[in-house]
Order: sequence, then C-alpha cells, then structure tokens
Amino acid sequence: MSATESPASTPLLAVNNIEVIYDHVILVLKGVSLAVPEGGIVALLGANGAGKTTTLKAVSNLLGAERGDVTKGAIHFRGERVDQLTPAELVRRGVVQVMEGRHCFAHLSIEENLLTGAYTQALSRSELRDALERVYHYFPRLKERRASQAGYTSGGEQQMCAIGRAIMARPAMILLDEPSMGLAPQIVEQIFEIVKDLNVRERISFLLAEQNTMVALRYADFGYILENGRVVMEGSAQALGSNEDVKEFYLGLASEGRKSFRDARSYRRRKRWLA
Amino acid sequence: MELIFFFEVLVGGLLAGIMYSLVALGFVLIYKASGVFNFAQGAMVFFAALAFVSFQSWGWPFPLALLAALATMIVVALATERVVLRKLVNQPPITLFMATIGLTFVLEGLAQLIFGTDVHRLELGIPDDPLEIQGMLISTFDLIAAGVAALLVVALGVFFQYTRVGRALRAVADDHQAALSIGIPLQHIWAIVWAVAGFVALVAGLLWGARLGVQFALTLVALKALPVLILGGFTSVPGAIVGGLIIGASEKLAEVYVGPFVGGGIENWFAYVLALGFLLVRPEGLFGERHIDRV
Ligand SMILES: Nc1ncnc2c1ncn2[C@@H]1O[C@H](COP(=O)(O)OP(=O)(O)O)[C@@H](O)[C@H]1O
Ligand SMILES: [Mg+2]
Repeated sequence: MSATESPASTPLLAVNNIEVIYDHVILVLKGVSLAVPEGGIVALLGANGAGKTTTLKAVSNLLGAERGDVTKGAIHFRGERVDQLTPAELVRRGVVQVMEGRHCFAHLSIEENLLTGAYTQALSRSELRDALERVYHYFPRLKERRASQAGYTSGGEQQMCAIGRAIMARPAMILLDEPSMGLAPQIVEQIFEIVKDLNVRERISFLLAEQNTMVALRYADFGYILENGRVVMEGSAQALGSNEDVKEFYLGLASEGRKSFRDARSYRRRKRWLA
Repeated sequence: MELIFFFEVLVGGLLAGIMYSLVALGFVLIYKASGVFNFAQGAMVFFAALAFVSFQSWGWPFPLALLAALATMIVVALATERVVLRKLVNQPPITLFMATIGLTFVLEGLAQLIFGTDVHRLELGIPDDPLEIQGMLISTFDLIAAGVAALLVVALGVFFQYTRVGRALRAVADDHQAALSIGIPLQHIWAIVWAVAGFVALVAGLLWGARLGVQFALTLVALKALPVLILGGFTSVPGAIVGGLIIGASEKLAEVYVGPFVGGGIENWFAYVLALGFLLVRPEGLFGERHIDRV
C-alpha cells in the first residue's frame, strides 16, 4: 500500500462522534470527531479538564482501567473498527499511547524501560539491539543514562524514555499526551524537534494532546480545540495560530483594540464554547 | 565446645529459616506483580503437597507425580486469574484480599474433596540423619532443602532480571497502566505470576510436607512467613531470603539461650515480637522498595 493512496478518504485514524462516560454517570466527551492522516501531526488543544486525555485513552482503549466507557460513536484505524480491541491488540496494530506524566517504570533502568516497549514484538536478540540503537540515535541522552533507574532521572529524560519506549513497539501512530508538562521551555523545544524528526524520518503519525498551544501549533499540521468535551474549532495549524479567538483565549495574545469580553463576536463565541 | 554448640544452633536456625523463606517467596511474587496480598498462599502449599502425595499414592512414579502436581498448580493459577482476578481488575486491594480469603477456603475444600482428608506421609528419599561438619551436627535434610531453596531463588532471579517475561513482570509491578499502554497484557502476566507462585508453593509443600507430613496444618506454615515478610519487605525476593534466615536463626538462638530463663516455648512467638519491633523502626522492611517520589 502506498502512503499516497487516497489520503483524504481514509485517514489513518478516524474518531467519529464518540461519547465517553466515566463510572456510568459522568458524561465527559459529548460527541468528539477527529481524523489523523497518515504521516500527520495533529494537535488536540484545550484547557485542563477539556477531555484531551479522555479522547486519547478512548482511542488506545486505556479507558477501561479508569472505569470509562465509549458509549456512542466509532473509532477506525486504517479503516478497521478498533474500539473493542484490547490495548495490547492495538499496540500490535501500531497504535501506542505515551501517557500524561510519562509513567516510566521507576524501578527499571532506562534501557529496561525501552526493552519493555518491544514486548509485543517478539524480536531476536540482534533485532532488539538494533531497535535500541535506533532509539538511542534519536535520544542520545538516553544512551548516556541507559543504566540509571528511571525513577531517578530528570523529567525531560523520563519524557524521552517514555517516547523511546513507545518507539520500541514500532508504532505507526503515537498518541502523545502533554509531553511539555512540567518541562523547561528549552527541553520542550528539544522534545518537539525529535517528535518532528520521528514524524519525518520514521513516518510515525502523532495525535498530540497539549495545553501548550503555542508550541503545539508550531509543530503540528492540523489542530482541534476541545472545550467541555466538544470540538469547538478545527483547522490547519496556521489558520488556528492566526485566529483571533485562539490568540486571545489560548495564546494570551489579545490584539489591540479587542478587550476580551467587550468584543461582541468573541463574547458570543466564548459563550458558545462554554455551553 | 560452647562455641561449637552456638554455631550448631545458628546453622540449624539458618537452615530452618530458609524453609520460611520458601513460603514467603510465594507471597512476594504475587504481591510484587499485582499488589495483592495472597491470603491463599498457605492453602496453595497444602494443595500442591496433597496433590503430589495423592498422585504418588496412585502408583505414579516420582517424576510423573511431580510434573502432574506442577500442572495442577498451573491449572489452579489460570483458573484463579480467569475466575477471580479478571473479574476484579481495578478493584481496590482490600477487595482482592478478600477474594483471596475466599480462594483459601475453595482450595482447602477442593483439596480435601478430591484427595481426601487423610494425613499422608511424604517420602522424598532424602536421608534425615545428622551430618557431622567441623564437630557440628547438621541435618542432611535441612542442608538439601536449603540447597533446593537456593537454586530456586537463583532461577527466579535470572528469570526476573534477564527474560522478556520477567522484565514485563517487573514493569507491571511498577505501573499497571503504563504496562498496558505499551501492550503488555496484564491477564497473561498475572496468570504467569500465579503459576510461578504455584510452583514455589509446590516446592515449599514438598519440603514442609516431608518434614511435617501432608496434613491440613500445612496451611499454617503461611503464618510463619508473615514475620519474614515484615522483616524482608513484601516486594523483595532477596528480602524474603534474608528475612527467613534472620527469623530462623534468631528464634532458635532465643529458644536455646533465652528460653531457659523464661520457661521455654519462645520459638513459637519470638518471630512475631521481632517482626513487630522491626515494623516500628522500618515499616518497608529491610529490602522493601522505597517509593521513588521524584517524578
Ligand atoms: N477516571 C475518571 N473518572 C471520572 N471523571 C474523570 C476521570 N478522568 C477524567 N475525568 C473528568 O473528565 C474531564 C476531562 O478530563 P481529561 O480527559 O483528563 O481532560 P484533559 O486531559 O483535557 O485535562 C474532567 O472534568 C475530569 O474531571
Ligand atoms: Mg490530560
């Protein structure tokens, strides 16, 4: 199958109007739809509590562990319905989540963490070596820290470890949840550069949840803005980045003469967003 | 002479302690991987030993009976995962603990239903005459039991440290969610851990059974593992070993040297006092993993 085959009609990942309920009563996603094309980086933006993590976990099927349920809608990966698959089956099909807060295995060394990422792959010893070297090529820092217990490495190193561990599963797509959280701007930049690199050279597609709208829009091709469990706006990264409302509410850049609430159009819009 | 006697008591205690370690090991494996305190570990020891002697009494040769007993414990592990653990996934630890109490009664009942309630002698063919080493009298049986236990621990260590599944087990022990997120199927891992714990229970059951006879009281050896766990930490394999050694040696020494002053019988409760004292000083145990807070 060539990568250019009907890119528009069948995206790599298609989330169609899903509703997610926690504990049988808490309705968190109220009809979210989005698509990630093959080879794309798509940003899922929104404030804390908007439903970004829930959306990613709905895709990777990690919701079960949180007593969450997809009660409506459908999720397709490469045209195949995947919402009933186990996380392990999804990983084998090429979808891996890097969870918010990294979640490295604290008592395992960095290298052991990476090796666990290949669990589903059943690789030979030499193939494992190659896979490790590939990760170390993108994250030289991890090679230096390979023998350290992950729990004692820095936040940036743990984020690299978590992404590297995901790469060991040879994914077609990574669901990356808030990689910038709690990291210094310089480290954030470094990690996003690597993400871009992985995207270009390894053809890994990304669905990227971020509160850091500014950085995310610089590296993504396309973005969705979530509010209260609904997609309130979508567009190319460029269009979103230059949209006045996005600038105002998410980038903190109110342009001159627009004093937030006094502007009727944006007030109306905000009211709609918050509904 | 005095010194030789001291060492004789000490070595005897250390060797007895390894028998406690064996039982504690089963607890540690399951606790590490699933955070469940498996109340049924003692019942598993009993079940395994009873299965083995029953197979032997049916006229099966030793190796066949051993393999069949192992297979039985694997079936028990798989059934436990399927019927109990899988249904209770994501429930709080206390719920799982209660479930293992239920499992205890099921196993004990099942064992007696299938294999009967008679007390069986278990003959492993290990001589039990004392061996004289450097003037000390040491039980041959204890020596061999210790050797078996040591072998088991080394094998487990290699399995955990260097195999793909062993690594996955440690990963699951660290962070369930993260393990799931990279495609490690928790159900398989739990089934494997319970099977390994079943294997350890079988080894413990054989050695303890040969010593005490295979009878219901075998389930009580689990109680001897508790102070070992408190001392060694619930999550550490080396801790279970060292904890067992300390408990075994100190209770024998206490019995011999302190016992006469308080009227004897110290051996039965000394371990608990020791564990209790230890609990106050270092609740995570000697080797228990301290929580790594830095994230
Ligand atoms: N396990 C859960 N049980 C109940 N409610 C939850 C659970 N996880 C998240 N929520 C709720 O769902 C909403 C969306 O959360 P989340 O998806 O984590 O948002 P985001 O990742 O955008 O910060 C929040 O209001 C949060 O309180
Ligand atoms: Mg989140």
